[in-house]
Amino acid sequence: MASSYKSIRDMDWPLLLITLAISAVGILQIYSATHETKWRDAWWKQIVWIAAGMVFFWIISQIDYHTLLEHAYVFYGLSVAGLTAIFFIGTRVFGSRRWIPLPGGFQFQVSEFVKIVLVLLVARYLTDLKKDDLHWKELLKVAGLVGLPMLLVMKQPDLGTSLTYIPILLSGVFLAGLRWKYIAVVALVLALALPIGFHLLHDYQRARLTSFLDPAQDPRGSGYQVIQSMIAVGHGGMWGRGVTRGTQTQLQFLPVPHTDFIFSAFGEEHGFVGVVVVLGLYFLLLMQIVQNAQTAPNRAGMYICMAVCALLLFHVLVNVGMVVGRMPVTGIPLPLMSAGGSNTISVFLMLGLVNNVRLRRFVN
Amino acid sequence: MLPRLFRTKSESDKLDGLEPKPLLRDDVQRASAKIAVVQYLAVAVFLFLISGFWRLQIESPEEYTERAERNWIKSLPILAPRGKILDREGRVIVDNHSSFSLILSREKLKEEHLKAIAQGVNLDYDELADRLRRFRKRPTYEPIIIKEELTAGELAFVESHRDPGTFPEMELIHAQKRLYPKDAFAAHVIGYVGEVSENELNTAEFIDYEQGDVVGKQGIERQYNKHLMGIDGQRQVVVDNRGRERNVFGVKEAIPGKDLQLTIDLDVQAVAELAMEGRRGAVVALDPRTGEILAMVSRPAYDPNRFAGRILAKDWKEIVLNPEKPMLNRAIQAQLAPGSTFKPLVALAGLETGVLTDDFHVNCPGGASFYGRYFKCHLRGGHGRVDLRKAIAQSCDVFFYTLGNRMGIDTIAKYSELAGLGSKTGIDLPSEAEGVVPSSKWKMRNFREKWYAGETISVSIGQGALTVTPLQLAHAIGGIATGGIWTKPHLVIDEAPQDAARKANVQIDNVLKVIDGMHAVVNGGGTGARAKLPGLEVCGKTGTAQLASNDLLKGTAVGRSMKDNAWFVGFAPQDSTEIVVVALFEGGEHGNLAAPIVRDVIKAYFDKRVRKEPESLLASLPAFKPGVIPPRPAQATPKARVVQISDEGVIED
Repeated sequence: MASSYKSIRDMDWPLLLITLAISAVGILQIYSATHETKWRDAWWKQIVWIAAGMVFFWIISQIDYHTLLEHAYVFYGLSVAGLTAIFFIGTRVFGSRRWIPLPGGFQFQVSEFVKIVLVLLVARYLTDLKKDDLHWKELLKVAGLVGLPMLLVMKQPDLGTSLTYIPILLSGVFLAGLRWKYIAVVALVLALALPIGFHLLHDYQRARLTSFLDPAQDPRGSGYQVIQSMIAVGHGGMWGRGVTRGTQTQLQFLPVPHTDFIFSAFGEEHGFVGVVVVLGLYFLLLMQIVQNAQTAPNRAGMYICMAVCALLLFHVLVNVGMVVGRMPVTGIPLPLMSAGGSNTISVFLMLGLVNNVRLRRFVN
Repeated sequence: MLPRLFRTKSESDKLDGLEPKPLLRDDVQRASAKIAVVQYLAVAVFLFLISGFWRLQIESPEEYTERAERNWIKSLPILAPRGKILDREGRVIVDNHSSFSLILSREKLKEEHLKAIAQGVNLDYDELADRLRRFRKRPTYEPIIIKEELTAGELAFVESHRDPGTFPEMELIHAQKRLYPKDAFAAHVIGYVGEVSENELNTAEFIDYEQGDVVGKQGIERQYNKHLMGIDGQRQVVVDNRGRERNVFGVKEAIPGKDLQLTIDLDVQAVAELAMEGRRGAVVALDPRTGEILAMVSRPAYDPNRFAGRILAKDWKEIVLNPEKPMLNRAIQAQLAPGSTFKPLVALAGLETGVLTDDFHVNCPGGASFYGRYFKCHLRGGHGRVDLRKAIAQSCDVFFYTLGNRMGIDTIAKYSELAGLGSKTGIDLPSEAEGVVPSSKWKMRNFREKWYAGETISVSIGQGALTVTPLQLAHAIGGIATGGIWTKPHLVIDEAPQDAARKANVQIDNVLKVIDGMHAVVNGGGTGARAKLPGLEVCGKTGTAQLASNDLLKGTAVGRSMKDNAWFVGFAPQDSTEIVVVALFEGGEHGNLAAPIVRDVIKAYFDKRVRKEPESLLASLPAFKPGVIPPRPAQATPKARVVQISDEGVIED
């Protein structure tokens, strides 16, 4: 059905350029934040990851997304199996099992790649319905499909990553058509479930959430990170302190300044102006993805693009919101900037899916 | 067959017997409104985030910049060591020793840590809390010292608990602590240092200091505090999140205090200290030509080292409430009747006023009646016919009763004041006492009563209302020894300006007559024979002073326990005096028991001269020219440091 016609010319060049621009800023910031620490080789590792990400971007663009959709349930089954396997063979780091060790010393974070599978799965499920709006049965079914891996990831425990699955689901059901009645009921159920869910959280997770509401309450514990991050951002001022000049970053007051708090380090060293420029790039990236959704050849393509858009938007919102003290500390990385292999490759794969849809926009 | 869930759409369609339906493009069109909603949502999210940055980076960057700086700049005081205190030959009397002090950074301080910290370094929690309360007014970025001279155990506690996870408010700094001589050596002269108190901060003297400053509290330490005290520096270091110092951001070096050279001679002082061991009283030795104090001892004494740190309230009470008053510098603060040591001044007054003529003599039967009251002489059998020389040598009371009665109280007062009694000598020590020189005016001013002539009789022999300090007596007799020149006593080399020497309008011949009498005290069968030194013409005068209230107390047990004070004032050599020594031996009962103290001190002074310049002793001394201020003696050894103090009290090198 889908044509095999692909052209370099038809690639989403703006998308790729923006992606690489943000990645370049990220590498610079990783270098600046870590050049005097034990992570001082993180910047070139990140280059390797981005290079690898581009390879994956290319590969996933080559396989017609319809083909991928056809095997969505197989991928889903593998994902659930993988997430289950983690409990038995996963590597424990800081008290949670998230990684499967690979030969060559690499660590494979299954939950990152489950995002792609869920993007495909939700798109596949909703496309199959061919309806104008969802009914209870379908809504519960798709929520259950997303909920199962969510639970498994939450149990690792990795609250942050499991939460990132929600925007995939939400964007899907929103676009598939949700009756207002349902929205109201879902909102009500969520409101009731929140306090219960709060009790099910681990102590440290609860502490993070409460210290987000009042960081000063615990300035040396969970609140410490938020306070230090806000100080770093405020210290940056309008123009920033300059590369490798941010004292919060350089003297390691800022926690993990090359991963979760990279945007805080960036804010300190490049100031408000730099922040607006980079957030502008992210916005352009998202709008480029939205444009691909609008021009997608079919619903499936639109679902894919919008799910990726929603996921990235959620990542930016939660990570950058955390940096300025407006979101709790959840350990969600900033796509394309935070150092780390699994997340970087996962983001490139998702952008590859978007590019995949674009490559096939004129074909039907 | 795969379950339905894992079948692809086309597979299941085929299974259901349906043709796969092409997905329609208008499906996407239908969702465009919803896509727009997502776009607006994205715009909202980005505005929300940017407003967060706006608030931190544009609206209040100063606040966060300040907080960032507080994070990475740590200010640590560099304590300036106080200057050393040296003796006249440059030998160290007071030095410093290195120690560690624990300071608390109040920015990082957590109230709940205080108890554990207090326990760890053996501090009383309440005292520590009180201390923090007193520093409330100081800016919090200034750390405060909470414990000095940490022991090895306390150091270990601090080192192992100052990590960010435990008590990050603790910080160690290097300090130079005062080290005073052992056995209270020269304790009253030197004084001690301590942290400036809240009350002191409200006084003019301490206006320039701040809470927590260590200042001189007594003695030389207080008098020359500005000179001795350095200016603390500050080290700003860049620290990382673990509190480790990364590099030094800025250093304001401490300016150490300047050394101070005293006129005290360690050798003479040591002998005086030894002579007073186990006794209550004071010794003052000075060079009457310059006013330089060679030795000053007061007993009982206290160990200034106990005050050098933060003294415990218990120890402080023990010292202050001691009935023996060890804190009192008796050399300048004890105001006691001089007894017969006052007689040379009465004699000088008699000679100067012409009452005491060459043929003036008194017959002493062992007492005499004046104004209806009988006054005893100390010698029950009487002295017989007494002239001036014998009167001084034998300390005949009847002679001086008669002389004093003839002159009247105001003449005695005039010559007493001429010799510097009744007012501060102006020595460079805090809290000098004035003593009392009674006169008719004095009585009217203080008691609104006229002077009764009968009261003059007691004053004539140094009793009654008359009181002096040992220093005043040394100063007064020193003026006689130099032929009527009174120099201002002082403790710091070159401190006294040249004009401090005051030449009184007295006849040299009269002065020499008094000196002749004082020579007889020691060498002419007088009361002070115990002060005699072979090969040296020592002059002197004994004194046995009753306590002022003796008459009232005679019947009581307390009265019986209050023994007479023994005084001796001596100087040598007779013809060109270099040293005057006063010894006060409280409860010593008779002046001749104070004489050996003076003798030992004088001996120490001249023994040293013999050791240093044996062949030139006495032969090379400048000729005594009565009534002329002698040239200053050449310095025996080079001075360690020349110190000048200008009129404003600003000290220059």
